[in-house]
Amino acid sequence: MGKKPEREYGEIYRTLLNRGVTRRDFMKFCTATAATLGLSATYADKIAEAVQKAKKPPVVWLEMQACTGDTESLLRASKPTAAELILDIISYDYHETVMAPAGHQAEKSLADVVKNHKGKYIAIVEGSIPLKDGGIYCTIGGKSALAIAKEVCGNAMATIAVGNCAWDGGWPAAQPNPTGAVGVKDAVPGIALVNLPGCPMNVENLVATIVHFLTFGSLPVTDTMGRPLFAYGKRIHDNCERRGHFDAGQYVKAWGDHGHRQGWCLYEMGCKGPETYHNCPTVRWNEGVNWPVGSGHGCIGCAAPNFWDTMTPFYRRLPKVPGFGIESTADKVGVGLAAATAAGLVAHGVVRAVKGKPKEEKTEE
Amino acid sequence: MEQIRRIRVYAWEFPVRFSHWINFLCVLTFAVTGLYIGNPYAHAHESHQWIMGWMRTLHFIAGYVFLMSFIIRTYWAFMGNRYASWKALFPFTSEQRRDLANALRFYTFTSKKPPYAIGHNAAAGLVYMGVVVLFAFQIVSGFAMYSLSSQSIIASVVGGWFLSVMELSTIRLFHHITMYLIFAFVLVHIYIAWWLDTVEKNGLIDGIFSGSKFVTEKELE
Repeated sequence: MGKKPEREYGEIYRTLLNRGVTRRDFMKFCTATAATLGLSATYADKIAEAVQKAKKPPVVWLEMQACTGDTESLLRASKPTAAELILDIISYDYHETVMAPAGHQAEKSLADVVKNHKGKYIAIVEGSIPLKDGGIYCTIGGKSALAIAKEVCGNAMATIAVGNCAWDGGWPAAQPNPTGAVGVKDAVPGIALVNLPGCPMNVENLVATIVHFLTFGSLPVTDTMGRPLFAYGKRIHDNCERRGHFDAGQYVKAWGDHGHRQGWCLYEMGCKGPETYHNCPTVRWNEGVNWPVGSGHGCIGCAAPNFWDTMTPFYRRLPKVPGFGIESTADKVGVGLAAATAAGLVAHGVVRAVKGKPKEEKTEE
Repeated sequence: MEQIRRIRVYAWEFPVRFSHWINFLCVLTFAVTGLYIGNPYAHAHESHQWIMGWMRTLHFIAGYVFLMSFIIRTYWAFMGNRYASWKALFPFTSEQRRDLANALRFYTFTSKKPPYAIGHNAAAGLVYMGVVVLFAFQIVSGFAMYSLSSQSIIASVVGGWFLSVMELSTIRLFHHITMYLIFAFVLVHIYIAWWLDTVEKNGLIDGIFSGSKFVTEKELE
């Protein structure tokens, strides 16, 4: 345990100590988070210092058009880790799934945060925001999701959009997008925003983003699509444990075949690892136990833009051909095209044969 | 019987022929390796085999060669003779438009007059322009996908920017479909070349090897 008197510690660290997190566990957490953020081990001290001193930032968690999968991802942990407790402690002045108050009381606590901590709280948004027909497809407490997002995210110090739905509209925005769903970046443009797509988002990345914020006072560096580079800067395919089998030419051809039992590459089973940027292979899921490809299922590209439209069918290499039936794949269209061309040429040749030759001319002998 | 004099005309200069046959080799390589990359048709039995590795390596090398060939041919479209010129690709003049109509009528059996041309005929020019677009798309989309795993500046300049224009999975799909369009072109190209050579008797196919065609005085006018 720390030798410094407790009063020097911030609320977060005091609560951690009270809950029985040892100094050793705390430092392990800080080192692991530094690694997740792509920082060197020396940053563990900085992170520890920052988290020790940090005050509880008020956090509100908004749930819009979503399946609560990101909340599940957040709450699902077999043992309380330092990371989980951090999220537990800083949370949550408002979180529909886990908060105690209900009805007007609940809405009041949200309004209180926006009023009393204007520009000082963190808003976490889960789910897409429908714009069609005045946004009537998602209303909470009589207000549309759009109005809530504008008020809450617009007045927040920073907004973290978790999951695909809050990023680009996700599943609700898939064709034909009946509710006109969009993500936070399109619904409330121009705010301090970081996106953590994934279906669901990985809680390790949420913790790392918050710790980054506590340590450096800023949101992590993002790519052109607003995703932090530490988590979305590398391609799954390039860090995949099965990559050797890809290069060798060893592929799973059917579920449960010899290659599948040997752990060969899932490329032919439609794995979207070559198209997807996420840190699944390194950070993994459920406290680093495993990840989809590790357990023998291809990546479905859930952290990619509009993945439900662009990454389906999940068990084929190529996406659907726009304008054709669901069963039409590029190969069927392509082979059909080549066959039609060949057939056309044969038909042309037959006509030539029937029609006879053009006028003969004599060549100089 | 009247005798017809044929004159040897140098139509296809070396850069044109060179680029044509480099393209031929590249498209062949692209087809064999690209079909494997899209759908691996042979499987390794040993981990030390490197089938996909080789296929991708060859595909990428061919990509660079093809890019250079494309640049050389584009340069020659501005520097070469009138048959190699970019102007021959579009029916700009009334003469070219008449050639175009005549060629299309010949191809559809509504005329018996072959589309005699010293270079390529106006219909072929339009198709080649379409092929240039297909080639350009394959180069850009191919280097876009290559830039995911390559640090090469060429890859990011030629294709990297395209990733922000089109979604990755869509790029992959269109790269694949365009391959079939090129296959269709190759079939039609060889068929028509063979057909025209037999009716025009001007050494059309030999022309892409030697550069020369044998045309009648009437055609020269």
